[in-house]
Amino acid sequence: MPPLEHVVLCREAQVSTLQSLFGERHHFSFPSIFIYGHTASGKTYVTQTLLKTLELPHVFVNCVECVTLRLLLEQILNKLSYLNASEGCSTEIICETFNDFVRLFKQITTVESLKTQTVYIVLDKAEYLRDMEANLLPGFLRLQELTDRNVTVIFLSEIIWEKFRPNTGCFEPFVLYFPDYSIGNLQKILSHDHPPEYSADFYAAYINILLGVFYTVCRDLKELRHLAALNFPKYCEPVVKGEAGERDTRKLWRNIEPHLKKAMQTVYLREISSSQWEKLQKEDTDPGQLKGLSAYTHVELPYYSKFILIAAYLASYNPARTDKRFFLKHHGKIKKTNFLKKHEKTSNHLLGPKSFPLDRLLAILYSIVDSRVAPTANIFSQITSLVTLQLLSLVGHDDQLDGPKYKCTVSLDFIRAIARTVNFDIIKYLYDFL
Amino acid sequence: MEIEVSENVLQVHLNGLLQINDKIALKEITRQLNLENVVGDKVFGSFAENLSFLLDALRKVPIVEDLISFDYGNCFNFLWTFGDRISSCPVIFVLDEFDLFVHHKNQTLLYNLFDISQSAQTPVAVIGLTCRLDILELLEKRVKSRFSHRQIHLMNSFGFPQYIKIFKEQLSLPAEFPDKLFAEKWNENVQRLSEDRSVQEVLQKQFNVSKNLRSLHMLLMLALHRITASHPFMTSADLMEANQLCSMDSKANIVHGLSVLEICLIIAMKHLNDIYEEEPFNFQMVYNEFQKFVQRKAHSVYNFEKPVVMKAFEHLQQLELIKPMERTSVNSQREYQLMKLLLDNTQIMNALQKYPNCPTDVRQWATSSLSWL
Repeated sequence: MPPLEHVVLCREAQVSTLQSLFGERHHFSFPSIFIYGHTASGKTYVTQTLLKTLELPHVFVNCVECVTLRLLLEQILNKLSYLNASEGCSTEIICETFNDFVRLFKQITTVESLKTQTVYIVLDKAEYLRDMEANLLPGFLRLQELTDRNVTVIFLSEIIWEKFRPNTGCFEPFVLYFPDYSIGNLQKILSHDHPPEYSADFYAAYINILLGVFYTVCRDLKELRHLAALNFPKYCEPVVKGEAGERDTRKLWRNIEPHLKKAMQTVYLREISSSQWEKLQKEDTDPGQLKGLSAYTHVELPYYSKFILIAAYLASYNPARTDKRFFLKHHGKIKKTNFLKKHEKTSNHLLGPKSFPLDRLLAILYSIVDSRVAPTANIFSQITSLVTLQLLSLVGHDDQLDGPKYKCTVSLDFIRAIARTVNFDIIKYLYDFL
Repeated sequence: MEIEVSENVLQVHLNGLLQINDKIALKEITRQLNLENVVGDKVFGSFAENLSFLLDALRKVPIVEDLISFDYGNCFNFLWTFGDRISSCPVIFVLDEFDLFVHHKNQTLLYNLFDISQSAQTPVAVIGLTCRLDILELLEKRVKSRFSHRQIHLMNSFGFPQYIKIFKEQLSLPAEFPDKLFAEKWNENVQRLSEDRSVQEVLQKQFNVSKNLRSLHMLLMLALHRITASHPFMTSADLMEANQLCSMDSKANIVHGLSVLEICLIIAMKHLNDIYEEEPFNFQMVYNEFQKFVQRKAHSVYNFEKPVVMKAFEHLQQLELIKPMERTSVNSQREYQLMKLLLDNTQIMNALQKYPNCPTDVRQWATSSLSWL
């Protein structure tokens, strides 16, 4: 195994703190350690690498996988017994309560190989422990005391310790902060995995450009590495084709910049998959033609369904008292003062859609559709299909006696696109745009 | 004396964190007393059976007939003399985290334990350990009446000079330490530290916050882990740095690692809170506020697409810096769900000061109270 400094970059202080906490093998460490920091700040990686390099007996469990108490406890016990299993596979251990866990743990750790050294239990994504049984978190914090054995529990989490602390107090763990990487550190780590065919300077220039585009939006190391790996072939294209040398930074920049901007709208948002992105790069099509996942929500609706949806949008976002003014052919005089009073804050487009009864929807529908619409079962079934497509949503209970109420759950851009296809100027009918 | 006690007395140690209901507690007591319905580690029988078995075992009354009537199958030989063994030995029950036992259903276990200890048939003592001063209010009426009302309060009643003495004692190396020369130098250093002004200030700060010795231990641990072969003696600088680590604001640390876009969203939320006096907001409102900033001519570099801003918003939710007012219902759209910001203005402004490479226009936007300027 290569020395620790080459495997773990930019984390010298944290590694030395952990090493001094662990101490000698047979020493008792602090009963519980809580490590927090942003995602992709190296908590899991550093802890695992350190424990593996120093060959300390440890059990690593990710709490996301453990939806029940039993899964968590059995995983820990099984992995522990696996650590000291010299002969074949031991039987699966059954453990249903924390009390049994403590008892079985004491039994397993009386084995020779584990008795003299500190056993480490690492719980990743520890924030899920808060939602499990109430005695679990305080119990694990005190595991050394409860089992009377040389064990240390390490918690890794994104969430700060103050949000974990139970109301009635508990044993306070040693809190260690993994600081986020500075831009210099990010450059160093990202430049570390440059492919061997190109020089380190060439790759470093690429990383600079990448960080220039993405750094204000995202500092997550995992995302940045993913984006760096995906877009590097495109960056190298001019060099490969012979159009530019390795040092022609301007040409390379001009080539890659629109590509990276497009990546922010698609791959970064997971609108398209990375394999689709790679295919697009190879085919060299115009990136403007990309269709992400959201584009597929523009389902082709039948004529009346489009109008029902438009009517629903108008019903959701216009207050009921304004219907007369918008939808009656002869609405007479409306007092201006009451009508136009609106605050910016109560603009309906900021607060979200309101619910409306079915009758109002049908009334608006009849007024906006040019031809006569008969209230046949056809119309009602189309309304139900829209609910199934989650373009409308049913508010309240199914068997309400007063009649169903709905809410329109589409965005303004979506409804404008739909209205355009039927030549309906929806903006004219919206109260917020008067 | 200690050895005498441990040979003559049976001890049962229970912990509220482990035995979370009476059934488990009962099995644990039976296991620890090694009563005959235990085989290896397994305890047989239902809750009611275990309870009556245990109660009978603790009472002096020989109940041979009852024992034979228990039907545990052929794997047991009933020793009717076992009642004698128990009855001759006093039993001490030590209940750790006593306040958790009062939350069990009907407080059955406590009722029975206190009942037995009051009934003077077997010498039984029950000792409860708890942090709560109001423990008596939590006990049920009948349980409370059987309690002897003997309470011993263990309070930290020492003053600051005593605290410094404790600090010295904790840090000094014991006489059994193998390297005598080093131990002497170390202890001299500790004495010097305890007389140093800045160290006394650090200890005073710690003492004012909490007299708890555990927090003192944490402070000393943080200072001790800097000791290496090249830095063998603790200095006052180590202690001051440890004090700073102790009183670190962890939320500020998290804000330190956010991206610029996320900081802009937090500033937008701050402005919304200022204008609308802490009323909950949703994503659409925050986006609107952010757009007002972006639309000023110089700031078009922050003109990101709405889904990108939404992803940043969701990241803030994942970090629990903002929290929804109520549980997400499937029907409502995510953009309109009402949220609350869990940072206050001073925290935000302090975090912005420390934020690395904060763009000046963002910082100015944060301090301006009139967002349309």
